[in-house]
Amino acid sequence: MIWLGIDTANTPLSVAIVKDGAILAEVNSSMAVNHSLRAMPVIEELFATVQLQPKDIDAIAVSEGPGSYTGVRIGVTIAKTLAWTLKKPLFGVSTLKVLAANAFYFDGLICPIVDARRNNVYAGVYEFANGGLTAIAEDGHFAIENLMDVLASKERPVLFVGKDVAMHEELIKERIRENAVIAPFPIQLPRASSLVFIAQQDGQEENTHAFTPEYRRIAEAEANWLMQQRKDKGRE
Amino acid sequence: MDKDMYILGIETSCDETAASIVKNGHEIVSNVVASQIQSQQRFGGVVPEIASRHHVEQITLVIEEALAVADLEPSDLDAVAVTEGPGLVGALLIGINAAKAFAFANGLPIIGVHHIAGHIYANQLMQPMEFPLLALIVSGGHTELVLMEKHGAFKLIGETRDDAAGEAYDKVARVLGLPYPGGPHIDKLALESDEAVDFPRAWLEPDSYDFSFSGLKSAVINYKHNLEQKGEEVVPAHVAAGFQQSVVEVLTEKTLRAAKEYGVKQVIAAGGVAANKGLRASLDEVFEKEGIPFYVPPISLCTDNAAMIAAAGTSMFESGKRSTMEMNGRPGMELASWNSENK
Ligand SMILES: [Zn+2]
Repeated sequence: MIWLGIDTANTPLSVAIVKDGAILAEVNSSMAVNHSLRAMPVIEELFATVQLQPKDIDAIAVSEGPGSYTGVRIGVTIAKTLAWTLKKPLFGVSTLKVLAANAFYFDGLICPIVDARRNNVYAGVYEFANGGLTAIAEDGHFAIENLMDVLASKERPVLFVGKDVAMHEELIKERIRENAVIAPFPIQLPRASSLVFIAQQDGQEENTHAFTPEYRRIAEAEANWLMQQRKDKGRE
Repeated sequence: MDKDMYILGIETSCDETAASIVKNGHEIVSNVVASQIQSQQRFGGVVPEIASRHHVEQITLVIEEALAVADLEPSDLDAVAVTEGPGLVGALLIGINAAKAFAFANGLPIIGVHHIAGHIYANQLMQPMEFPLLALIVSGGHTELVLMEKHGAFKLIGETRDDAAGEAYDKVARVLGLPYPGGPHIDKLALESDEAVDFPRAWLEPDSYDFSFSGLKSAVINYKHNLEQKGEEVVPAHVAAGFQQSVVEVLTEKTLRAAKEYGVKQVIAAGGVAANKGLRASLDEVFEKEGIPFYVPPISLCTDNAAMIAAAGTSMFESGKRSTMEMNGRPGMELASWNSENK
């Protein structure tokens, strides 16, 4: 089995080709470069590196969000187009779970974080058990303060992972105190090989045409519209 | 031509997700458009984030349908043409990345097409273009007069200095309380009206082919405001008719003057506002009198579609134009020639 993994959900870009449980090649970068510019060239280069043709792959895994709306859409669009035209199965994996996989074997809670601006974050809470990750709480969009309250109340060590953790390090240390562990830089970036690994474990095949990002937030215009509808209803 | 050429076109620059296959640059074999108009109507205009979300939902479906209707396999295609710009950047990126992934998977060349070049080439799907040619492009984002000496050679001779014609239509429609999109409603009201309010015409300098519609829009707002102040009734049909007369007269006069000055063999209209009945009738009349062939594509090819992108893409393909996997969305892309402008 040959797998292609793609993660463009946030600033980092990761693409991997995995064959029979081994990484053939993986590219990781974290440059502020538009994914639309880089993602396909990197995928093309990677196929050339491993001397494979697009049709040689058997499955595609993609980071489905949450994250930058545009970033997630680029990866998802590429993945679903490849999966559809090559007639291969498509697997979507949580961006946060991919980050959590960097902290395999950590004894405690694993909290992957992606900044969502204005003191909000996308975050998940995971635990490593039986060779895999279990979600303790559903991935979501949280006020960082509220997330800290929840994690502090668990009174267990928490490992924070993701390159955006640095933006909130002060608050984390203040609130989680000695239970806070900050992941070191070599395990701060999402890896497409982890993405493939989780896709293999979870085995949740998507309906390719219907597959869309997990935004974890409705669009602002839609939220305003819904609020207006409710107001109008209240007035009736 | 010994072998037929099939180009897949993809267009996602605004709120239509579209894919089409065009044979030999002029024959539509399939033309699929998934419109978001019902979803966007809630917001009274196109919300970029909503547009991008819809494109992701539709993109592979429309490409699949374009292939199915044409009864072709990806291996039957010669290239993939996609709108590179201008447009909403997040929306453009969906079509571009789908086009790149599709082209890569199937070993096809890819060509980035300018959206307005597409609107102009929509005419190639109806009758061969004859040069020199004058194109009047009128849409929600554009009001331009473009002179073409040959395929792929564009010379901008006039453009709007403020609002695009379609933008003015939408704004005036909002002032009159008409639903989005406003253009067709104003057109309909104007045609039914027996009376028209007299609004100013923005001619600008005597030799200029440029346009300006913001003054007209303000005049409409002031007119309505004044009547309301006096407690008098505003008749939307009279306002619509007066507004449309002003827009149509300026567009018609400038297009006619340019056509005569440059001695063109053909005049074409393109873009969403080219579907306007009042404008079509006015242009038809003056060019028939002048004896210059004038064409407007049917409404389905005036509004955004992918057949026009495939048609323009075919001309670019034949000129040896290719894009790379590094193609990015270009929201402010300028219309550039792909054929040298010197004869
Ligand atoms: Zn258009």
